[in-house]
Amino acid sequence: MWRVLPALLLLGAAPVPPPVALDLIQSDVLPPKLSEFRFFNGTAANTGVRPYALNTALFSDYTDKDRFLYLPPGTRAVFDGDGLPVLPVGAALIKTFRSGATKIETRVMLHRAGGWVALPYVWQGDEAVLKRAGTRVAVTMTVNGQAQAIDYAVPNVNQCKECHASNGIMTPIGPKARNLTPGMLGVTAGGVRLPKWGDSVAPLEARARAYLDVNCGHCHNPKGAASNSGLNLTWETTNRTALGIGKTPVAAGRGSGGHLYAIDPGHPERSIMVHRMATAEPGVAMPEVGRLLVHKEGVKLVSDWIAGMKPNG
Amino acid sequence: MNKPCLLLAAALLVPLAPLHAKTIAVGPGGVGVNAREALQTALLDLKPGDTLVLATGRYVLDDGLSLDIDGVTIDGTGPDKTILDFSGQKSAGEGLLVTSDDVVLRDFAVENARGDAIKSKGADRIVYYNLRVEWTGGPKETNGAYGIYPVSSTDVLIDKVVARGASDAGIYVGQSRNIVVRNSLAELNVAGIEIENSYNADVHDNVATKNTGGVLVFDLPDLPQMGGHSVRIFNNRIVDNSTPNFAPKGNIVASVPSGTGVMVMANRNVHVFGNTIGDNSTANVMVVAYKRPFTDKTYNPLPRDVVVRDNTHGRSGWAPGFVGGDMLAKAMGGSIMPIFWDGAGGAAATNIRVIDKVGVLTMGLPEPLTPIMDAKPAAVDLSKGAAIAEPARVVLPASMEAAIK
Repeated sequence: MWRVLPALLLLGAAPVPPPVALDLIQSDVLPPKLSEFRFFNGTAANTGVRPYALNTALFSDYTDKDRFLYLPPGTRAVFDGDGLPVLPVGAALIKTFRSGATKIETRVMLHRAGGWVALPYVWQGDEAVLKRAGTRVAVTMTVNGQAQAIDYAVPNVNQCKECHASNGIMTPIGPKARNLTPGMLGVTAGGVRLPKWGDSVAPLEARARAYLDVNCGHCHNPKGAASNSGLNLTWETTNRTALGIGKTPVAAGRGSGGHLYAIDPGHPERSIMVHRMATAEPGVAMPEVGRLLVHKEGVKLVSDWIAGMKPNG
Repeated sequence: MNKPCLLLAAALLVPLAPLHAKTIAVGPGGVGVNAREALQTALLDLKPGDTLVLATGRYVLDDGLSLDIDGVTIDGTGPDKTILDFSGQKSAGEGLLVTSDDVVLRDFAVENARGDAIKSKGADRIVYYNLRVEWTGGPKETNGAYGIYPVSSTDVLIDKVVARGASDAGIYVGQSRNIVVRNSLAELNVAGIEIENSYNADVHDNVATKNTGGVLVFDLPDLPQMGGHSVRIFNNRIVDNSTPNFAPKGNIVASVPSGTGVMVMANRNVHVFGNTIGDNSTANVMVVAYKRPFTDKTYNPLPRDVVVRDNTHGRSGWAPGFVGGDMLAKAMGGSIMPIFWDGAGGAAATNIRVIDKVGVLTMGLPEPLTPIMDAKPAAVDLSKGAAIAEPARVVLPASMEAAIK
């Protein structure tokens, strides 16, 4: 009976939970379980783990995402001239993908002495386990009130690189200053800011360009996996041909859908870009990785933008 | 009966030698085993110098595979024995993607990839040897675009490869430099072998047959690497390229007429010699300009400094696959000449030399965009003029030749 007392006393003392496993982030180990990092205590973020959100986010089969940045004690994020975050060794980016309340996977990017490492963890009950080779998870998504069963694809670590590699070097791509609300992660006001793609108050072109930047521009840029296409869909792109307007395909194959141009101004129904966004068929669908469902709202946004272009203008 | 099979499956990853450069063996797995996860894990676990040995069998893969480790070999037991089957592929743009340097791929097959079969990007010194890439349902518009697809790479060797059924090109090398394609068979593709926006390529001792077009040398605008040049096409057998064009519209190869032997488009210093070219219903050799509008001022749409010599010509030109082709053939006594030049840019600007002992037809089109209705077809003699220096033989790093010894 009296042995219960010390336990009660301990609870009352509300012990400080152990901190994030900074040593593990900086090691060469690939931990089999996500919990080993101690990013979370139950559902609460641990000390130094801060949530953030993006103005315009990558579409991932209608999943909801929770994003966190962990910074080692005494460090902070700075943003370079291009607005890319410069994060210290020991930093980690953590992103959990959910279907409603059900966690599917958590991807982490770890800044180690040798560079950034990306690891996908798949939730199994209360624990997420490392799946370096990727896997499939049977998930039911609710899309416009309708339940839809999909074989959700968790990327393998090479597929992480397809979007995250710039000239072959792993790089965080989400939390750019221009895609964050001022105040978040220490971002200051001023400078270029991407609108929220679904914000109907913002200009259509800006929303479409923001959507393309985030959903396509990580591969479709001069240093990215799709550099050989000559199709550059980043926010910075000013050359109209590079943006796809009147641009013939180079290696689209059946992805062309029988259309002549990536963007046929005034004609979304004749534009390869829309065709590839509006299908789920492997070998045709764009992006090539990261989605099995069509993002109907995204297709509509880009279609509206193209429809408003002057034909042959 | 099932038990040994399952045991085998459980022991998918068996280290064979405790050396630093180790060999990892992978098998196709059995019931209830995801071959892709096992194979992809092995591809991630390789270290430079390692060899991944793929045992005999059919690997049923539900997704694309990728390799990003330098200096490794993937080695099957033969192109009809180790088969990577992507018929049930659910995503990814290619069957196998390679993004690392000094990789050797040999002795296996890739079947029915939903996009490209094997793509290597920025993968220097890559060797493709004794492989088969195939869409097994024959020519179909729904087949993937490219069979063997190295792009943006320096030093590429493609040797003893069989490519069938690609809806674009069976063997395609794009935006690369220092390239050898040899001893290979390309059939039933839209383009058999295509060298695009590339510098210094030797294409020799191949067979290109039953494609829409046998061997294409192209340069396209609006790409990071343009100005393709220095290509030698020699000692190939380029015959009976009779498959109707099944490329999806929009792609440049959709404009290649069925029955094309060799087509040179908008390149500089291309030499076509010592080939056997025949039974191509449009033409054995076509030399043409890029015929679409473009805005890039740094791009030259004309073919320049092209040499066609010492080829052995078979029958050709009896059913030219371009507007007015039938009438032209009829007017010329049943077939047009084996060598076709669109005439764009004129003789001085293009400097095309044909020394083969067969006729040359010029369409007399002054500009690349002049409509074919305005053609002034006529025989032309292009055998005169100053010699055009041949590009030097492509020499690859010794390590690449050694890898296939």
